[in-house]
Amino acid sequence: MIAYLVRRIFAGLLTIWAASILSFIVIQLPPGDYVTAYIANLQSTGSVISAAEAQALRQQYGLDQPVYVQYFKWMGLMLQGNFGMAMEYNRPVREVIGDRLVLTMVVSIAAIVFIWGIALPIGIYSAVYKYSIGDYFFTFLAFLGIGIPNFMLALVILYVGFKYFHVQSIGGLFSQEYLSAPWSVAKFWDMVKHLPLPAVILGMAGIGELVRIMRANLLDELRKPYVVTARAKGLSLTRVILKYPVRAALNPFASTIGYIFPYVVSGSIIVSLVLSLPTVGPLLFKALIAQDLFLAGTILLLLAIMTVIGTLISDLILMWIDPRIRMGMEGSN
Amino acid sequence: MTDAVANIPPVVLPKSNAEDRISVATQWQLTWWRFRKHRMAMIAAVIILGFYIVILFAEFFAYSNPRISNEELSLLPPQPIHWFDEGKFSPYVHPVVGKRDPKTFKKVYKPDLETKARIVFWAEGFEYKLWGLIPSNRHLLGIEGLPPEESLFLIGTDLQGRDLFSRLMIATRTSLTIGLVGVVLSLFLGILLGGISGLYGGAVDDIIQRFIEIVRSIPTIPLWMGLAAAMPPTWPVTRMYFFITIIISLIGWTVMARVVRGRFLSLRTEDFVTAAELSGASQLRIIFRHMVPSFLSHIIAAATLAIPAMIISETSLSFLGLGLRAPAVSWGVLLQQAQNIQAVAISPWLMIPAIPVILAILAFNFLGDGLRDAADPYG
Repeated sequence: MIAYLVRRIFAGLLTIWAASILSFIVIQLPPGDYVTAYIANLQSTGSVISAAEAQALRQQYGLDQPVYVQYFKWMGLMLQGNFGMAMEYNRPVREVIGDRLVLTMVVSIAAIVFIWGIALPIGIYSAVYKYSIGDYFFTFLAFLGIGIPNFMLALVILYVGFKYFHVQSIGGLFSQEYLSAPWSVAKFWDMVKHLPLPAVILGMAGIGELVRIMRANLLDELRKPYVVTARAKGLSLTRVILKYPVRAALNPFASTIGYIFPYVVSGSIIVSLVLSLPTVGPLLFKALIAQDLFLAGTILLLLAIMTVIGTLISDLILMWIDPRIRMGMEGSN
Repeated sequence: MTDAVANIPPVVLPKSNAEDRISVATQWQLTWWRFRKHRMAMIAAVIILGFYIVILFAEFFAYSNPRISNEELSLLPPQPIHWFDEGKFSPYVHPVVGKRDPKTFKKVYKPDLETKARIVFWAEGFEYKLWGLIPSNRHLLGIEGLPPEESLFLIGTDLQGRDLFSRLMIATRTSLTIGLVGVVLSLFLGILLGGISGLYGGAVDDIIQRFIEIVRSIPTIPLWMGLAAAMPPTWPVTRMYFFITIIISLIGWTVMARVVRGRFLSLRTEDFVTAAELSGASQLRIIFRHMVPSFLSHIIAAATLAIPAMIISETSLSFLGLGLRAPAVSWGVLLQQAQNIQAVAISPWLMIPAIPVILAILAFNFLGDGLRDAADPYG
């Protein structure tokens, strides 16, 4: 099991490393370097930067050196937690991002909890009552969930809220009075109350997919003779289904969490933009429009790191839930 | 009575006929029979066929020049067609007159109920070149005696007064071909890398599999946003188009590579592959003559299922303004105007381009599902 853990952590580090190279490529893509862009940006707002200062900045980021040296320098700064300056805001990136990164994760996790909480019972229902009206209804909904891009869903919900319920702003994660308030229990509770809408919008596509996976798995499992035996021995229907086949069907279902997580984080960026959630989504978008690829690259890297950690944690939970994975790992090593 | 029963021809006969039919049918026939049973997939296939017809003849279906803007006709609501006039089939529309509301300064359009503008089919309109070759000015619809740019607005106009329906036709071609080209690109990458992975196994397989895992665990949309934003705004539409296609196909290939690898692994130990090897067939011949045909149907199904993701990606990127940009017309570009909720509340028809998006995604999903089931006609 420890060997498995070490391997997972190693794979996670490898992913982070790959993500850092990709982020660095994004930063390097525009013509000129970070400092030229920074100077141009300062000039457009009226402030001037002296040649000596520019030189100092270049040296700090190692921009006068070959690309691979620049990469290592940048990585070194990143590792120290020095994320550089966000041009548009003229403030350190770290300050600009603030707790947005955490909020991104909160929204994503809420969506995943929602996906699981809904997809599981519906999947079981659809499999047990195969070809019933309910099954067709949910299958239809699942397909609709897959078919509607989540930013579209967000738009439609905003539109309906605006047109028929006369709500000016459905979006956001906090009520007006908590927007700039420091964290407190009340603020946290306010956020929890705002979470369901983005979670539902983000979760729709995921639910559609997971319902279908769960249904297929459980159908395979229900056909097996041990279910018939258990039933013949007089176990009640609920007990038979929930105790054995569902647990067996849960395994392939649970393993999907590994790729659901990056997928949801990815979707949260667009949904946040439409719903104006205080996540990194709008920040990333603004940075990209302003061609501040330094800030964008940093956000990209931090997002990737958070995703890797999230996936790792979900893997560990999975291992803890399912003895077969634990045993299997021990057996194979 | 008992004799009568005995005289009834055995019921098994028609069934054995069917069995005969199955045993002599080719693989593709079996696949087709299986596919035909999947009703939703058949409906989806018809819808997709319709989409392809639009792709091929987009300019013919578009009656107005999609690039001509007219401030006078900005945000005009959809104009219903009246199909029958005095009991006879003779479609017409009421021409629209625009006025400014003296109080709100908002443009208000009112249909002129007195006059009827007749709709004609196979009408003359703006000049275009069909498939870039055949010059033509024929369009499906037109208005008798009037230029359609000023008289016909089936689903309204956008902010710049361009006819939304005509733009939607052109956008359909852009968005769907991006999906197709993207799938071809990712198929190429997927078959190449998945094939190498499945065929050679060992360390190469390990490296490629780890690489796929890494690609899959990075959130894709922010990455594409970064790559797409690096695209200089001065680029011409075609170059933008290909760049976006390449960016989008960077996801699809991992799924494809997994499917191909799995097939290669399971086929490698099959008897017919061993037989081909023993009779001295070259490696390339074994792959392309023996192995690929036996999993081609699976590849087609996987490719069909990959298209919706590509369509969603393009639409999302363009919707954000990071994908295809203004002179290009795609579903996402059209939906960009629906981004502002106040604008949508006043002119909800700006959301109409979402309908073909959803329809296409669902249709490709159902078609892919049907193909996947049909790909295993013996199962």
